[in-house]
Amino acid sequence: MFFRESGEYKTDYKRDMTLYPLPISRFAVGLMVLLFFVAAPLLMSEYQLTLLSLVAIAVVGALGLNILVGYAGQLSIGHAAFMSVGAYTAANLVTKLDIPFLLTIPAGGLMAAAVGLVVGIPSLRIKGIYLAIATLAAQFIIEWIINHSPSISGGVQASIEIERPTILGWKLDQAVELYMFLVTIAAIAIVGTQNLIRSRIGRAFVAIRDQDIAAEIIGISVFKYKLYAFGISSFYAGVTGVLYTYYLGIASYEQFTLVVSIDYLAMIIIGGLGSILGSVLGAFFITLLPIGIRLFMENIGSLFLEPEALASIISQMRLIVFGALIIIFLIMEPEGLNRLWINIRNYFRVWPFSY
Amino acid sequence: MRMWTTLGAAAIAASAMASTASAKDLVIGFMCDRTGPTSVTGTTLCPGYHDYVNLVNSKGGIMGNKVVVNEIDHEYKVPPAVEAYQKFKTQNAILVSPYGTPMVYALVQKMAEDKIPGTSAGFGTALAGNGERYPYMFPIAASYYSQAGAAVKFAKDQLGGDLKGKKIAYIFYDNPAGREGIPILEKLAPKEGFTFRTFAVPPPGVEMGPQILDITRRFRADFVISHLFGRAPSVSLKEFKRAGYPLNKVVGFVWAGSEGDIAAAGGWEAAEGYNTMHFAGVGSDYPVLQEIRDMYKAQGKEEPEAMKFTAYYNRGVFQAAVHLAAIENAVKAKGSADVTGTDVRDGFYGIKDYTLGGLLPPLQVTRKDHEGGGWVRIFKAGKAGYEPATEWYRAYRAEVRELLEAEESHLKK
Repeated sequence: MFFRESGEYKTDYKRDMTLYPLPISRFAVGLMVLLFFVAAPLLMSEYQLTLLSLVAIAVVGALGLNILVGYAGQLSIGHAAFMSVGAYTAANLVTKLDIPFLLTIPAGGLMAAAVGLVVGIPSLRIKGIYLAIATLAAQFIIEWIINHSPSISGGVQASIEIERPTILGWKLDQAVELYMFLVTIAAIAIVGTQNLIRSRIGRAFVAIRDQDIAAEIIGISVFKYKLYAFGISSFYAGVTGVLYTYYLGIASYEQFTLVVSIDYLAMIIIGGLGSILGSVLGAFFITLLPIGIRLFMENIGSLFLEPEALASIISQMRLIVFGALIIIFLIMEPEGLNRLWINIRNYFRVWPFSY
Repeated sequence: MRMWTTLGAAAIAASAMASTASAKDLVIGFMCDRTGPTSVTGTTLCPGYHDYVNLVNSKGGIMGNKVVVNEIDHEYKVPPAVEAYQKFKTQNAILVSPYGTPMVYALVQKMAEDKIPGTSAGFGTALAGNGERYPYMFPIAASYYSQAGAAVKFAKDQLGGDLKGKKIAYIFYDNPAGREGIPILEKLAPKEGFTFRTFAVPPPGVEMGPQILDITRRFRADFVISHLFGRAPSVSLKEFKRAGYPLNKVVGFVWAGSEGDIAAAGGWEAAEGYNTMHFAGVGSDYPVLQEIRDMYKAQGKEEPEAMKFTAYYNRGVFQAAVHLAAIENAVKAKGSADVTGTDVRDGFYGIKDYTLGGLLPPLQVTRKDHEGGGWVRIFKAGKAGYEPATEWYRAYRAEVRELLEAEESHLKK
């Protein structure tokens, strides 16, 4: 009704290879850019921009984990550890060597990728839940090493404070500036993942996930691509860690505990495994839902209860409602928010002539 | 996705409008963790905070202005704490109380930029007390350095006033905070002539039989300084008991001695003699606590369960008392309730001889020293509750300061 997918004839290779082949998707991307790069910084308050900044950081991390778990099918619960590798790499480079801030982002990512490659080695022999335990070990080992090496962790409470980032002498210390920076990185991460997934590497990931023996038979080097998956995923995680470090002004191992790994797993499972939009939606959902529940309960609850009684109830209720909503969403649509969106889209695609 | 963002934005906008406080109210942003890994502390500490503020409000507030505490639970996670802080900012908070070491560090820079003061009692490193480095953050409680100094002093007094040739064991939870007491001991050992050895307890700190056997049988410590958190203190008490070590030769740091720990170790009978350090008085015999009980009685309500766990409840009262004292100073100086964060920060410097009948130490915050002097008081587990073992005191200030200065110059490099 609103748009047509037919009649789009591709007459050259360039058009065939393009990332957004349909006019409607180009339009949607344009709208997103307008929304997040122009409207949001102009119209939103500092508080709202903070929320979106936190979401933007989470998007990068969720995309990374989705590449590994959703596309390549390798379960990992050590994602936060790779973030801490990136965070401490960037913090050390900036404080000890005065490396420019823009360079520390890929540096943190690459260091995390290197560690990720090592952690990925067992993935050739072990699969599924056993691999998850191996990555869990990585989480603890990395945490322990950071915790016990003053040369990495800076000594005092294993945390390194850093200055606000500067780009070419321009200090990013306003919420808007930090938001613009973070959302740009998130956009690069999204487009990068979209391109990765439709490349040879991405298709190899999917082949391995669906049936690794079959993938090997058709000539995909399973080991190589599994390691790629770990490396790329850890690169994203490392970048996430760097972003957290700059956003908060500190690298601290306590920000990257096992609970954080689980949060990211929750994001991609709720959002939709093996889906880019799902990672984004999951990051929005897990970051904003607790806040939404709190707001809702504060406004409803204040009608019945006194503030301090409310305070203790809200914190408990929020956990219950949060857990319940996750279960409800998963029962409603086990393939995540992404599938929910596709269902809605498919309905409107033929609406009102649904035959 | 578009739908989600618009919905989210709409919800946020609506709530921001709903919860804006009126100009007369003095707004405090208070973070807490009633849920999450450290909820044992939060569920007891936060009611203490609210109760004291309610008490002040029931007596007319601060010079006729009501104090409003907006609480947000962050589950001991950093991103929700950042969100909470921004939320408090939209509510025009004049003081924000972050909760937890990583959250304090994540916010300290932002709070200085926004000129909103806050306290971090019991969190952060000894360096955090440097008011020149962190102009808007006030630890107000004794740092681990100060605690270690005070612990050595206590050991010295208990062992007859001389530590020459004595052996001190330092048992600690193996994380950076746990290790923080070591430099002071290293510094004091040659000075006082004692030998000391460290015994690390790996997280989660529920298994420490070998370490304690080591302390009691092989090292044969004359005194034990215990820096444990969470479940670990109660386990250590049981193990010391099993090893036949006298508990009156053990002194715990500030997170190693709540009533909950004693109960988990087998009750007061079992833990009798155990010494713990506190930066707010424990026990129920303080006039301010009686006033809170009276307030509940006047309202016809039962006193809350949290009041029984005085170690953390009183810390909540302590924090609230210091916050409100600073705000009161600011309001007095300004002559109206129209105070800014900077006014409240300066209010901290005016706190003097303010002890609420012994619940608070004689804090004296200066521009350089935001720790307030590093006061502690040691309480001994008696037959049915804590009994004070010392007065408010501090020890080895010169050594603590020397160490801090050395570290600071190292950081500047």
